[in-house]
Amino acid sequence: MRSFAYLLTALLVTLTGCRKPEADVIKIGHFASMTGPTATFGQSTDKGIRLAMDEINRQGGVLGKKIVVITEDDAGKTEEAAAAVQKLITRDRVVAILGEVASSRSIVGGNICEARGIPMISPASTNPKVTRGKKWVFRICFTDDFQGLAMARFCYENLKAKRAAILKDRKNEYSVGLAEFFAKTFEQLGGQIVAHENYQEGDVDFKPQLAKIKAANPDVLFVPGYYTECGLILKQARRDLGMNLPIAGGDGWDSASLIQEIRGDLEGKGVYFGNHFSPYEKRPEVQEFVKKFKERYGELPDAMAALGYDAARILADAIKRAGSTELAKIRDAIEQTKDFPGVTGRITIDKNHNARKPLLVLQIKDGKTKVVATIPPMETTQPASFRGTSPLR
Amino acid sequence: MDVTQGLQLLVLGIALGGIYALIALGYSMVYGVLRLINFAHGDLIMVGAFLGYFVAKSPMVEGLPLPMRFGLVFASAMLGCAVLGVLIERCAYRPLRQQPRLTVLITAIGVSLFLEYGGQIVFGATPRQDLPLWLTEQNPLMRLFTVQITDKHLLVLGGTFTLLALMRFLVLNTLFGKAMRAIAQDMTAAYLVGINVNRVIALTFALGSSLAAASGVMLAMSYPKIDPLMGLMPGVKAFVAAVLGGIGDLPGAVLGGFVLGLAETFVGYFASGLRDAVAFTVLILILLLKPTGLLGKGMVEKV
Repeated sequence: MRSFAYLLTALLVTLTGCRKPEADVIKIGHFASMTGPTATFGQSTDKGIRLAMDEINRQGGVLGKKIVVITEDDAGKTEEAAAAVQKLITRDRVVAILGEVASSRSIVGGNICEARGIPMISPASTNPKVTRGKKWVFRICFTDDFQGLAMARFCYENLKAKRAAILKDRKNEYSVGLAEFFAKTFEQLGGQIVAHENYQEGDVDFKPQLAKIKAANPDVLFVPGYYTECGLILKQARRDLGMNLPIAGGDGWDSASLIQEIRGDLEGKGVYFGNHFSPYEKRPEVQEFVKKFKERYGELPDAMAALGYDAARILADAIKRAGSTELAKIRDAIEQTKDFPGVTGRITIDKNHNARKPLLVLQIKDGKTKVVATIPPMETTQPASFRGTSPLR
Repeated sequence: MDVTQGLQLLVLGIALGGIYALIALGYSMVYGVLRLINFAHGDLIMVGAFLGYFVAKSPMVEGLPLPMRFGLVFASAMLGCAVLGVLIERCAYRPLRQQPRLTVLITAIGVSLFLEYGGQIVFGATPRQDLPLWLTEQNPLMRLFTVQITDKHLLVLGGTFTLLALMRFLVLNTLFGKAMRAIAQDMTAAYLVGINVNRVIALTFALGSSLAAASGVMLAMSYPKIDPLMGLMPGVKAFVAAVLGGIGDLPGAVLGGFVLGLAETFVGYFASGLRDAVAFTVLILILLLKPTGLLGKGMVEKV
């Protein structure tokens, strides 16, 4: 009987322990692909977030409390992203969520945050659907309508291409959206899309698609995919099919493992991708961030790390301005973010909860990137097909 | 599409089919003896590719002539996987040998998941693309119009047919093969006539796993990106190829591999979105129309 009483007391203590809001720390959730095929994305973002939060904590934290980041792995799977966000909200009771690079997963996580009324900031998801019609979801990067437009302009104006081919991952929101915006702008400018082919995440053989693209004789090939497949696509195009044309991509290419590989014969007539950030930029904010990042992790930060760093600092800044950890107040404060000096540029959250920032076009040469063009932010109009309809598959 | 392009697709399809054929050969080998679909086969491919990768990157191959390097890479990957295959059989399948076949099948899926996620812990999840160039470089040997035929194409094809011949010889012309066939027919009777069943089954797994390793290295050579989940899709597709040819039948597995590789390549050209649908459509069709596969013979259900 006595042991039963002990057990009951222990149970009560644990239960009340769970219920009691912890007064001394502020909990932030981060859901990310720490493992799985896009593990670089999650790991880089997490490094950036932790660097920022440790800095803030060293300076005394926010509202006199330390910030604790809880990272939940979704293994790069859409289903698990939903479970990870649920866990962060119900088990860990976080006051805000940072997360996901992949748009497909940010959309899923965002829907949950929207339903539960938890503020969420996506550091790097660029598909327009991530924030559309959402009250609680924000992003601090540009969107794919702008990215597609900017890359189309770069190909048409800087590379003087008139005929473009597209090879996209048809199961990936990001890739499909970017391909559509690229095609639309390229045609508006007067160019022609001569081939439009598909692959799927996890594929290793792209030669049939590339053979068809080669037969269409384009001036440039646009591959709006993730670094996981782009390396193989590039190798097969250059080495197996002897295609020498310029190849361009989006911010999904940004991964040290891909960039280091591209040298020599893989360069062909140029390899370019649009990005949020380059560690070789001369701005003092960038150089200071690169130095701190290198000191701690012994490697150069990529764009995901920089965006994670900015997202974490914007969130901390918003909590500070809100003056409390009340969810609605944090949300309002994020919405009012204006001219925040981030390492990926000055960040102002617009009325659609997106950030308007310039896009850098980087060229990869000898395993290194170099900024070759900067496309300033501009108004974009979204194609009709992207309104309404449910984005989820 | 003109003739040159058709020819180019033919070459690409045969190259892809050769890899499927090699993987399917390993599937069929194990199935032929144990009637067990070893779902971990795809993941042994991955382990083989990683072993090959580490050997190819290690300083010990530096300075060696090219054929010796290749020999070393293949030999160590095949040996390593053979040991792993025997271990898997000993720990996961042998204790369940008297259990219903479904139990072993589910265990095989468990082993597959264990290797995939264990692989993510041991090797890391980030795909490795930095395979040495001497291993992956496609050196054109000859040119048919604009179509390149490279040394790697020949290596894959040569490897596939050599291993097919070797396995056929082993199964049909050696005492060990006779024991394998005896076990396939009736395990209890094989016991009774004094065949060391455990040893033969262990050796079968060693063979099947070293075939997986060889195909893993060839896969990595042709598609230089390796990660712990890389075995999944080729494994499933090669399984379809094995069923297509008649699972358990070695020449059938090779034929199935080539048919699937060619079908995928041509469909990929005309409708790239439908590419992965090919393998599974083929699987459904063959199961509906000729469940024993192209070369499989009807089998009397054992009582």
